[in-house]
Amino acid sequence: MVERFISGNVACAEGALKAGCRFFAGYPITPSTEIAEHMALELPKYDGIFIQMEDELASMAAILGASAAGTKSMTATSGPGFSLMMENLGLGIMMELPCVLVNIQRAGPSTGLPTLAAQGDMMQARWGSHGSYEIIALTPSSPQELYDLTIRAFNLAEEYSTPVLVMSDEIVGHMCERVSLHSEIEIKNRKIPSRPKAKYRVYETGEDLIPTIPNAGTGYRIHLTGLTHDERGYPAINAETQERLVKRLNDKITKNAASLVRVEQLFTEDAEVIVVAYGITARIAAAAVREARSNNIKAGLLRLITVWPFPDSVLKELASREKLRSLIVPELNYGQIYYEVERCSRGKSTTLVPKMGGEAHTCNEIYSAIKKSVSK
Amino acid sequence: MKAEDKHPLTDYVREDRMPHIWCSGCGLGTAMSSFVEAVKKAKLEADNLVIVSGIGCAGRVAGYLNFDSYHTTHGRAIPFALGLKLANPKLKVVVFSGDGDLFAIGGNHFIHAARRNIDMLVICVNNFNYGMTGGQVGPTTPLEARTTTTPYGNIEHPFNLPYLACASGAVYVARWTVLDARRLTNSIAEALNKKGFSFIEILAPCPTTYGKRNKLPTGLDELELYKKHAILKHGADTKEADIVIGKSIITGKFIDIEKPTFSEIYAEMVHKIKSAKIGEE
Repeated sequence: MVERFISGNVACAEGALKAGCRFFAGYPITPSTEIAEHMALELPKYDGIFIQMEDELASMAAILGASAAGTKSMTATSGPGFSLMMENLGLGIMMELPCVLVNIQRAGPSTGLPTLAAQGDMMQARWGSHGSYEIIALTPSSPQELYDLTIRAFNLAEEYSTPVLVMSDEIVGHMCERVSLHSEIEIKNRKIPSRPKAKYRVYETGEDLIPTIPNAGTGYRIHLTGLTHDERGYPAINAETQERLVKRLNDKITKNAASLVRVEQLFTEDAEVIVVAYGITARIAAAAVREARSNNIKAGLLRLITVWPFPDSVLKELASREKLRSLIVPELNYGQIYYEVERCSRGKSTTLVPKMGGEAHTCNEIYSAIKKSVSK
Repeated sequence: MKAEDKHPLTDYVREDRMPHIWCSGCGLGTAMSSFVEAVKKAKLEADNLVIVSGIGCAGRVAGYLNFDSYHTTHGRAIPFALGLKLANPKLKVVVFSGDGDLFAIGGNHFIHAARRNIDMLVICVNNFNYGMTGGQVGPTTPLEARTTTTPYGNIEHPFNLPYLACASGAVYVARWTVLDARRLTNSIAEALNKKGFSFIEILAPCPTTYGKRNKLPTGLDELELYKKHAILKHGADTKEADIVIGKSIITGKFIDIEKPTFSEIYAEMVHKIKSAKIGEE
């Protein structure tokens, strides 16, 4: 085990290498660039491929192609680049090709504040591509977690045969901390088809609803398309096939929500007010909650580690507790995850504490919101 | 069915997907059959051949060919194919798509893949318009041609695709009409065995959406036009290969050169890093 004092972005790249990523295609964009730079330095040493593409659309398409060839692949970007990747993210979901997309979020809209933090792409992560789909997205709060969750993202991508998002932010991406580059997480690899080639149907699944897609060049002669397709992968433009396919694509994530969802709770057992936060904001919220406790305010923290699928059941259970009076959602946006929290709040007062300007909340800003909520 | 009754190219086509969706008189059928003939001629290992296409009429080729095939998003066939090729250099990767897909929305990817000399063959079936969406203007529509979005005649200069491919760094560049089926087949077979970024333009009739608005109401009319105007000129300067209504259309093999591919240079770099330990402070 090696411990290094590195930035979140470098930790992310190291996590990807540990997970077995051997193909990176990307387009430089602040504040994600160090991920590409570290991959450019390291991937050749692992016989992996690094390529700086002409744009983000090409980057996303290239990692899907690499995945189709059987290689674990990844790209990293930030807000505007993330927008450009949305169409091919949909292709990855539709073709069911595993890959990892890292978004080190910055402030928008548009070019926004290129070097400063935000959490403004959380809903784009959920709904940015067209059509109805479910996505897996993880939200690291520290460089260590960028390492750990990048590995987990690759594992989930392989396991569920789908693109997985790592939704970090500029502060976590650029902060330097001690990171343990451990091997404690089991590395998972996609399944290889076992059925005879003649009888093989690429999108035929068992009860887990997850197909086993052969790598290109292994003799299965598969056809994958972004069009609505049947179990053979052939286009089938009709309502019945669309319903069956889209339902399965959604179900394979939602039916496993319980095992996908990870959260961390701090002092929630007897909490009268719970702060719901993720990414860099969750760390400041933890300090604010501790401050509240030291002032005899029964505050707690729910930190989201998996943000999509949304931890509905956890929140609904917390919100249904009689003692709980209010929920507070500090976010580096004008309300995205806030609406999800409100949806699960069972009528409890829910307050958004937005923050613009590219900086994180101060501890006092969150503490004040906590204090205000209990003095009502 | 007895073995001798089977068409010799059956293995290369997904018969269970026939009939195809293409219109009567369309040139895509000829382009596709020339391609499968060429695969046989080039003696390629079919299991290693991967077809990637984008969106539109030509994009459907991927679904009809019985190889590993990927029907991707509009304009992104080339970067998807690049990912496949770089991740597994043993694959023989072919991008088969249309003029709108490859040169309007996908134009940037084309020039950069050519510049990098990614080892792949790009086949563009050029029918001078957007067929599947109903006949709109495209980046190859000749000046003055009528389309649904140029009702008064096209006022935009079209791309000269062989010139563009040549300027971007392609190592093999050829243009044929679907009337040149045999030359086309030979050229595809040659390009399939060529190392580096190869490009073949195939001029194909589209009577339904292009021809009927341009005094070429049947596929045969456009073939007649090729017969009248096409001039075979191997090694021609691609600058002269513009397509102008009423003038000659130059066809032939224009470029056939050798240049190291991206994968070769990359492998060399990896070798140097590993043996000389460069890049380590």
